[in-house]
Amino acid sequence: MARRKINWYKYTSPASFYPLAGKVIPFFAALAAVLLVVGLYLGFFVAPKDAVQGEAYRIIYIHVPAAWMAMFMYLLLAVYAALGLAFNARIWAMMAAAIAPTGAMFAFISLWTGALWGKPMWGTWWVWDARLTSTLILFFLYLGFISLQSAIEETRRADRAGALLAIVGAINVPIIYFSVQWWNTLHQGATLRLGRSASIAPVMLAALLIMIAAVWMYSIAVTLMRVRNIILERERHAPWVGELAGEVK
Amino acid sequence: MKAWAQFFEMGGYAFYVWGSFGVALLLMAVEVVLLRRRRRRVLLQQSDRAPKMKVFKENETTT
Repeated sequence: MARRKINWYKYTSPASFYPLAGKVIPFFAALAAVLLVVGLYLGFFVAPKDAVQGEAYRIIYIHVPAAWMAMFMYLLLAVYAALGLAFNARIWAMMAAAIAPTGAMFAFISLWTGALWGKPMWGTWWVWDARLTSTLILFFLYLGFISLQSAIEETRRADRAGALLAIVGAINVPIIYFSVQWWNTLHQGATLRLGRSASIAPVMLAALLIMIAAVWMYSIAVTLMRVRNIILERERHAPWVGELAGEVK
Repeated sequence: MKAWAQFFEMGGYAFYVWGSFGVALLLMAVEVVLLRRRRRRVLLQQSDRAPKMKVFKENETTT
């Protein structure tokens, strides 16, 4: 029996990854749009208001997906950075560089929506407690990674320096995740926890999970868009990039 | 009409709820626009490169 062999290694070459990424972007973008519409519809029109927090609790449908995405993308950033250090394929460092701005954006969104949720519920925009402070550090780690990379002229050195920062900073992610269990905090406990039933009504849970999926799909589409730009910029001297220039009018 | 007005009021939390979703969705939209622009810019620079090098060479020979 002949086994069809796909040469996955081939896709670590920017020249072959570029068209592959281009093909899957519309799929993830469409999925993101549909899930976003469904998730917002469920979250705003189907899910009832919270018994304690009233309508303000609806901020959860953007706050939690953004916070999760910010944390998860940082772990991905660290993994890609480590792969970039370990193996000599350029694509890993490009992926790490492509993830960082979107991760930073979601970290900002989680801080922003958290402040807007904290004000009516706790009476304050901000407190220096473990969860909030470690999330702020996450945001600064992203900014640090981005500015460190752009400060170093030589791409390879920039990638390596960024990778070290990314890997060391990954220790912050479990700190954020467990902070509500480890320390006394104003922040409410986790709504969703692995290995436990959720502490909210089924329709609220559905809306939240769909919003999380939407943010996921959005992040994949946007990261692939950015990695394509990075490939074009870094490989601009390659002949195949020169041929692409005819694509744009 | 009245139902919609009530919806947008968000039980008095309109500023907080719409401030959260508005900024988040705006940032996400802006990110996509910026990425598209960056792509256009890179590709345009790419197609500009060849003719520009020619001009540079011509100037060089005249001086």
